Amino acid sequence: MHMMEQTTSHPDPLMGAQRRVILCAGTGCVANGAMKVYAAFQERMQAYNLPFTLELREENDNSGKTAVTRSGCQGFCQMGPLVTILPENILYNQVKPADVEEIIAVSLIGNGVVERLLYIEPGTEHACKGTDDIPFYTRQQRFVLGDCGIIDPDNLDEYLRNDGYRAAKKAFVQMSQEEICTEISESGLRGRGGGGFPTGRKWEAARRQVDDKKYVICNADEGDPGAFMNRSVMEGNPHSVIEGLMIAARAIGADETLVYVRAEYPLAVQRMRRAVKDAGERGILGKNVFGSGFNISCEIMEGAGAFVCGEETAMIASIEGQRGMPRPKPPFPAESGLWGKPTIINNVETLAHAVRIIREGAFRFRELGTPASPGTKTFALTGHVANTGLIEVPFGTTLREIVYNIGGGITADDGSIDPAGFKAVQIGGPSGGCLTKEHLDLPMDFDSLRTVGAMVGSGGLVAMNQGTCMVAVARFFMEFTQRESCGKCVLCREGTRQMLAMMDDIIEGKADETTLPLLRELALAVQKGSLCGLGKTAPNPVLSTLRHFADEYEAHVKDKVCPAGQCKALLKPWIDAEKCKGCGKCVKKCPVEAISGELKQPHAIDQEKCIKCGACLLSCKFGAVEGLQGGYA
Amino acid sequence: MMKTQSATITVDGRPVTIEGERNLLELVRKAGIDLPTFCYHSDLSVYGACRLCLVDVEGRGILGACSTPPEPGLVVRTNTQELREIRKISIELLLANHDRECTSCTRSGSCQLQDIARRLGITKIRYRSIHQLKPVDTSSPALTRDPNKCVLCGDCVRFCDEIQGIGAIDFAYRGHEAAVLPAFGRDLGEGECINCGQCATVCPTGALAPASEIDAVWKAIHDPDTVVVAQIAPAVRVAIGEQFGSDYGLNTTGQVVAAMKRMGFNIVYDTSFTADLTVIEEANEFIARKTKGERLPLFTSCCPGWVKFAEQSFPQLLGNLSSCRSPQQMMGSMVKHTLPAQLGRERKDIVMVSIMPCTAKKFEARRPEFRTSGSPDVDFVLTTQELARMIEESGLALNKLHPASFDMPMGFKTGAGVIFGNSGGVTEAVLRYAVGNITGQNPVDPEFEEIRGEQALRIIRTEVGGLELKLAIVHGLAKAREVMNRILEGSLTVDLVEVMACPGGCIGGAGQPVGRDIAERRRARTESLYNADRLLDLHCSQENHFVNECYQKYLGEPGSRESHRLLHTHYHHRRRAGAEDIALAKAKELGDGVLTVKVCAGTGCFLRNSQAIIQGLMKYVEANDLDEKVQVQASFCFEMCGEGPNVVVGESIISHATLDTVITAIHAELAQMSTGSVQAGAC
Amino acid sequence: MNALEMETILQQTPARRFEKVCAILEQHDNQPQRLIPILQAVQEEYRYLPEDVLTFVATGLDVPPARVFGVATFYSHFALKPKGKYCIRLCDGTACHVKRSIPILEAIYKRLGLSSKRNTTEDMLFTVETVACLGACGLAPVVVINEEIHGQVTPEAAVKLIDEIEEREKVSCT
Repeated sequence: MHMMEQTTSHPDPLMGAQRRVILCAGTGCVANGAMKVYAAFQERMQAYNLPFTLELREENDNSGKTAVTRSGCQGFCQMGPLVTILPENILYNQVKPADVEEIIAVSLIGNGVVERLLYIEPGTEHACKGTDDIPFYTRQQRFVLGDCGIIDPDNLDEYLRNDGYRAAKKAFVQMSQEEICTEISESGLRGRGGGGFPTGRKWEAARRQVDDKKYVICNADEGDPGAFMNRSVMEGNPHSVIEGLMIAARAIGADETLVYVRAEYPLAVQRMRRAVKDAGERGILGKNVFGSGFNISCEIMEGAGAFVCGEETAMIASIEGQRGMPRPKPPFPAESGLWGKPTIINNVETLAHAVRIIREGAFRFRELGTPASPGTKTFALTGHVANTGLIEVPFGTTLREIVYNIGGGITADDGSIDPAGFKAVQIGGPSGGCLTKEHLDLPMDFDSLRTVGAMVGSGGLVAMNQGTCMVAVARFFMEFTQRESCGKCVLCREGTRQMLAMMDDIIEGKADETTLPLLRELALAVQKGSLCGLGKTAPNPVLSTLRHFADEYEAHVKDKVCPAGQCKALLKPWIDAEKCKGCGKCVKKCPVEAISGELKQPHAIDQEKCIKCGACLLSCKFGAVEGLQGGYA
Repeated sequence: MMKTQSATITVDGRPVTIEGERNLLELVRKAGIDLPTFCYHSDLSVYGACRLCLVDVEGRGILGACSTPPEPGLVVRTNTQELREIRKISIELLLANHDRECTSCTRSGSCQLQDIARRLGITKIRYRSIHQLKPVDTSSPALTRDPNKCVLCGDCVRFCDEIQGIGAIDFAYRGHEAAVLPAFGRDLGEGECINCGQCATVCPTGALAPASEIDAVWKAIHDPDTVVVAQIAPAVRVAIGEQFGSDYGLNTTGQVVAAMKRMGFNIVYDTSFTADLTVIEEANEFIARKTKGERLPLFTSCCPGWVKFAEQSFPQLLGNLSSCRSPQQMMGSMVKHTLPAQLGRERKDIVMVSIMPCTAKKFEARRPEFRTSGSPDVDFVLTTQELARMIEESGLALNKLHPASFDMPMGFKTGAGVIFGNSGGVTEAVLRYAVGNITGQNPVDPEFEEIRGEQALRIIRTEVGGLELKLAIVHGLAKAREVMNRILEGSLTVDLVEVMACPGGCIGGAGQPVGRDIAERRRARTESLYNADRLLDLHCSQENHFVNECYQKYLGEPGSRESHRLLHTHYHHRRRAGAEDIALAKAKELGDGVLTVKVCAGTGCFLRNSQAIIQGLMKYVEANDLDEKVQVQASFCFEMCGEGPNVVVGESIISHATLDTVITAIHAELAQMSTGSVQAGAC
Repeated sequence: MNALEMETILQQTPARRFEKVCAILEQHDNQPQRLIPILQAVQEEYRYLPEDVLTFVATGLDVPPARVFGVATFYSHFALKPKGKYCIRLCDGTACHVKRSIPILEAIYKRLGLSSKRNTTEDMLFTVETVACLGACGLAPVVVINEEIHGQVTPEAAVKLIDEIEEREKVSCT
């Protein structure tokens, strides 16, 4: 009995029940207590004797049941735990176990809506009923992330019902290897892991190699801090990853695939392992796949905490049981990779797109995006925006669209919307650059970003408000890459360390007129001469901020001042004599006895002794201490 | 008129023909441009870390020349402004955190970092010193390890792993903390390092260098109460001249002897003398085994690196090692045995100093079995480099000295003793003896060309007086390991195996002068030794009258009891790493009533399933509540790998142990311990 | 793994645990290329990588101990020193950092008397580490204690969590 026979041609989100309640069980919502809400639903529905199905076993039963299921990340992480009610498509935010009673009464038994649990759009104060209404969702085109948040990731049958593994079957049974590679090439799909290399070309290069053994590796080592797109796909739709791997394997002629996923994603690992097991038991993975005569295996390997292993040759070294140190290219992995055999390494998202391309055709894929960067891209929008979370938009979308229409605008430190708050958006994580006001209307794609000194990277977008010091941001990323440097090549190992030391000098007010030129020269050398992508892109944040925020650097170096008020060492707290009443409270609080003054006389802070701890600020009832805050409320 | 089209690339505007070069670096160097490198070594895998060999390839960007294969039509530039800047910055970065006290570094003058910095015109270092000083590791008698001079090129790691197959050192930690270390950051002398010192030979700086005994030797020379006797190894004489600017391979024997006499060495002998002696002892040993057909193949034993390697990794083959000492040790033994009487002095007044091309000899001299009457047979070992330094220190210009001859009788040798320094030399010398011994006539043409060569493994078939002989000559221990495994599994049968740890044999030893053109130097030294053999009047060890006199006066016959006492030795099984015994099941209170059971987890026993015994014992102890009484430990390697698995229960050793026999023994011991008498044990 | 499971592991005898190492090696067919999953499994068992066990693994896989040491020290997840019963991981990824994760770290250090140089308490109850990114950026700042994730943490909340754990530990000991 082949599982494909059970697939219906119409995907049924309700799965045969009259109403369906979907709880987001992505890492974020779970952390906020989603499982307790789930338990409350189960308990209450049982108490009410509402006929309900837990594990969707009785799909063909239409007797008014309500199905309660878990899904993967629905993207709107800040507002979790999230509960969706179908078919009305109501989205409830920040649901607590105590709310369950009311939801059941109002939305399940009744036909209404619990207003207070709806998402309120900041600015308009409009209560949005659900994803059809919330700009965060309506402005997106969620293809890769589409089923995340709808389907139960542990349920193979649901995946199959939604056209799951149809593309893989087509690839094995109806298409030749050349045809697959051609289709991918024609789609213009470019690697979503950061490099943006044309996927079709990579697959074709590997396909052409004559060898009895080839490998496909899925790069799920999403190490960029601030990026969690791959995690969500693996948690929410693990079978899509497997299907992508199968297609890739078929295209190049490999029989072994491997998913290298970082161990910091325990839920993703668990879901992927379960999906592999289920697929194996169902005969989707294994011998004689789809009756084609080919075998495909899939193995899950966990990383052990090394960002550099996201680089393909380092990943290969890690899989071979070695230190994750990159190797010179050429030879490229497509020619000589894992164990010296032709190997392709693709990002999770790239593989997910490949599934859709094979299923619906390159033409459909090209409908969105730009000619040189077709299709959609997931981004993780975080930082000082109103709506943080996972988004997916076509290439060509402008930064303005993302930050304001989807993200809801820039927030100040206290969370309120500040229309003038935009300072910069860091894109691409520690390998990326920053985009400023002048780039707000830049249609974002691989090439346009490169011309302005940034890169798509894996898709982390961190919005920054006016209270952010760009020098400190660059230093933060420098510290990260320096810590993650493998240490093999001189330029990265020593160069990033020296660059970090220079950045430290700058933010501590110890730099002089030689520092910036030296920094720039070293950054360019590291960028050009490093062995691997980590070293080559490590200087990007520094170079990008030097380019766009040169005056901020100058202020730190020349004037020893941090304009954003963030760099502690450069703060110069002082006491406003007008406001100071001479009460002496600050004197007692100061841990280094830096404040002096007579009773009832204005006091003064000794800059030499001051350690900028802020105790005086906290203790002053008259707001007389100045210079310790950026002044950005 | 036809012109053959050949594949070319363009280097800095000039065409260069591709003639089988493996990478762009080889091509660029062929074109006369000496691109600097640290981590590239033609005998090792490509590493690509130092970034000095970067070139600009049109249309491809900046690539490492060492890792890019040649392709016809490539347009390569080696000296753009960008590349020059990157190179300079790379060296500046290295120098920023390097121990820059060049003037007091042993490698000053031959250090590649120093050389490249000079060539690139580095005049200031604009980056700061950030790293912390780490202590220098002097735990090994053969080598010093200074982490503050390491540039992390990885050549030492790759040599130890790829050519020696040992991997005693490897990279550890990550990023700025990355360092080259022995296992667990222990000292070099504690672990599996076999002291061959090839890591020091490939090290571009002074991070790894032979240990120095110069001060101790000067002290002995200045001591009026001692007689300082030196012996010089064959390989030294054809290499030491390189330190004084001579052509490679120049044989400066006479001048070295002269220099040493001037410096204050009282007597200078030739290790080739005892090499002849070794030939006679070992050849007799070999012929006896071959005739009886037992303990074959015979493995040579004069290379101390190989010996330690065998003790660590192939203890089951130790019975096949020749029991002969090395020529160095035979000399030490004979000198200290015979000289006191001759000179009318005490043994303790004689100081034996050997001049060797080798760092492992320093370890060998300190082996406990080479001590007699409380003092070592060989007191100090100086490498070629150390001797050269002492000669320089004395202000002597080697090339200008009048040559002098060795002292007699132990300065006399045949050509067979001299060729010991080459890979294949020992075998050839033994063969010359064998021919004489078996056929009754010394070989007419003493040169056995088929044995000679550069390849790491050479297998020769020959016939001596009707006796078929199959011989294997191997250098490099990874290759040796392959050969051992083939022999153990039965796919290779030979009668004699000569193993040298160093490339090309002793002439490639780590104590010899080093340089980037080391391959060329080795070839010159090899040829020079064969020439030295050709120039001598006698070529077979059996023709050495003074050696024969030695037998008459002191030793009797080859293989006699006295020979065995003075000229033979035995070997130990060694742990691979200095691990403590693992206590597996700790008795809650360690008191007197605790029975210790040690299960060997060394390679040999492990392969025979000692692991299953450990597991079984664990279960048993727990299941029967014996935790308080029995402590089970896993131990690394007892003496008896051929009889494993080996388990020690209390005081007795059980060989070919099974879980049942061990359990029975445990109960017997426990019963004895508790009642003091044997009881019928309950099981 | 929750606290109860951890309790169980700690109470196992060394014998049981060493047996596990042998089993782990067998499970992976003694293949050197599986060194990393093997070390991960060993660390699960022992909560860190003891030197003698690493040497045993080296022998079992027939690879040089220096190489096993090199691999163990390369990856951040491997600990060669024992960790505390409760491993507090603070996320210092971009999003969390921007949302002020550092003051939380400082509060935790202060409460436990630790620093970046010494990150495990004397009583082996707590180990404090920073992680680059846990991928829960929507909940920044994030703190994970063993496997429990806590989002939108403040310095005070973090200290409170520590207080609660200490209370629990005291109770279970009496």
